[in-house]
Amino acid sequence: MSEAKEQKPRKLPYVAAITEGVRQVLIEQENAFVAGEDVGQAGSVFGYYQGLFDEFGKDRIIDTPISEKGIIGLGVGASATGCRPILDLMFMDFIGECMDEIANQMAKMRFMFGGAATLPVTVLTMAGAGINLAAQHSQSLEAWLAHLPGVKVVMPSNAYDAKGLIIAAARDDNPVFVVLNKMSLALQAEVPEEMYEVPIGKAEIVREGKDMTILAIGRMVHEALAAVEPLKELGVDAEVIDVRSIQPFDTDTAIESLRKTHRGLIVHEAVRFGGFGGEIAAQLQELAFDYLDAPIARVGAPFSPVPFSPALEKVYLPNAEAIVAEVRKTLGI
Amino acid sequence: MVRIRRFEEEAGKMMENGKIPGALHLYVGQEAIASGVMQHLSELDQITSTHRGHGHLIAKGGEFSRMFAELYGKATGYCRGKGGSMHISNMDLGMLGANGIVGGGPPIAMGAAFSNKFRKTKQVAVAFFGDGASNEGSFHEAANMAALFKLPCVFVCENNGYGEYTPQANHQAVVDVADRAAGYGMPGVVVDGMDVIAVYEAAEEAIKRARAGDGPTLLECKTYRFYDHVGVRGMGLTYRTDEELEEWKKRDAIKGFEERLLQIGTLTQKAIDAVYANTNAEIEEAIQFAEDSPFPHPDELLEDVYSVRSEV
Repeated sequence: MSEAKEQKPRKLPYVAAITEGVRQVLIEQENAFVAGEDVGQAGSVFGYYQGLFDEFGKDRIIDTPISEKGIIGLGVGASATGCRPILDLMFMDFIGECMDEIANQMAKMRFMFGGAATLPVTVLTMAGAGINLAAQHSQSLEAWLAHLPGVKVVMPSNAYDAKGLIIAAARDDNPVFVVLNKMSLALQAEVPEEMYEVPIGKAEIVREGKDMTILAIGRMVHEALAAVEPLKELGVDAEVIDVRSIQPFDTDTAIESLRKTHRGLIVHEAVRFGGFGGEIAAQLQELAFDYLDAPIARVGAPFSPVPFSPALEKVYLPNAEAIVAEVRKTLGI
Repeated sequence: MVRIRRFEEEAGKMMENGKIPGALHLYVGQEAIASGVMQHLSELDQITSTHRGHGHLIAKGGEFSRMFAELYGKATGYCRGKGGSMHISNMDLGMLGANGIVGGGPPIAMGAAFSNKFRKTKQVAVAFFGDGASNEGSFHEAANMAALFKLPCVFVCENNGYGEYTPQANHQAVVDVADRAAGYGMPGVVVDGMDVIAVYEAAEEAIKRARAGDGPTLLECKTYRFYDHVGVRGMGLTYRTDEELEEWKKRDAIKGFEERLLQIGTLTQKAIDAVYANTNAEIEEAIQFAEDSPFPHPDELLEDVYSVRSEV
């Protein structure tokens, strides 16, 4: 705020936006710390804590053992007693190791205690396939979390949202999971240097259109945008919405868009069966049935673990072509 | 100890005659542990408890009235009727919850201890858990991290010889859970959990050590529950013998302590009787309070799922 000089908008990759968001939170909140595997001198396996150990020291950037139950438990106990922890769950796939601490402790403590406990804890975790890490390091398990009353779940698709959602999560007095995407780490976007929030629970219309609403989650936003041109050639003017937050889910923005387009498609990288798209589809048919001119379509990964072989992983991952194909099928064009 | 015993006896009766809904896991027989340990803790210190958690809250200063109200599911309960027996808690007393998950408490206590160290307070966090929970991975991770970070934490294992309905010999190869302390690089101490003075003395050392910044201790208290896993007589499963129960009852911590105090002349029988009479009167009043209290309004169901966001 101090200098008023003209500056060119600055671009940052997703990975650096994460670092900057966490760094600014640590400066702002004296009771915040980062705890997780390899977060210290190593700066995380994805590199997004680089430099923080040197700046904040070992008391605030805390290497833990490979103990996910311990990491989440630490965050539950510490957040309930006056700290604002930022926990790092290196790969989202490791959530199975600590699901009790998440589902039965973190998510429910406030409710079970009649509102007496407040848990301002943020969990950063890395999801997504695309770099041949196979079945246990590539999953998108956000639906597991969205099903738990008591936690919030956001999925930034770009660098601007990554920083803004991390800051919003850290300032929120609830457990918030920031589900990051490993294929997006190098993606550049304009990122203001100052602290800002992207509101949790608010979707963003990233491309306006009049014929079809595409609700995209996480990295699939970019695939949806890549589908816009081919769809235009088919005569379909697509509106692309970055869902950004799946818990709470911004039902209003989705419905508002459907009132205009009368057609909807949901795309996420997670397995389609039982994925969050099913929840969105159900809400849309319940609340916007009268506006619909076509069934709500869904694009997601097939019902299979994430394969290792590059040849198979390519087939596995939803992409722009799959979106176009699904639109054609749904609209009969 | 008497306050816990009498509370649990009455609560047990009320569960079995249908006045209290759900399941109660009662602490009768194990009173010396909560009582002996809690003498060294202030309201600022934190504890995590187990599914058998009423005794810990009482020893930490919990009021009977709000506890009974919670067991009844009333709006005046400690958790506004949302937690019940298995989640009874009070943050103001540093009681971070009974826990329906075996092994749920130790990681949370470790986290509270981490917070105490991080915030540079002199608070100590104590995790109560059973022999059954000592087999959970969550205990292992919490113990390792507490020792690694030298946290002001004490792990109090209440070994009552049974993981639910399974005898200890059928669920772990060690006889003393405290032996496991060596694997974490912390002291392990075994103490007679039916002797409140022994528990008091051992806990004093462990808590002093934690408060001084010298790290955690695993304190194992050998004990026995006089009631079933759930309720008083429970489901009548044949997993232990009446003879065994009677043998342990001869070592009743309350009876033993009363006899000792009478012997050395610290207390008269009259004074002991007064403790019971006062406790009984308090219980009667508390039950009346619970019965007179309203149930939560249906609108309260969706409250407390999330905290309304506040600016930092």
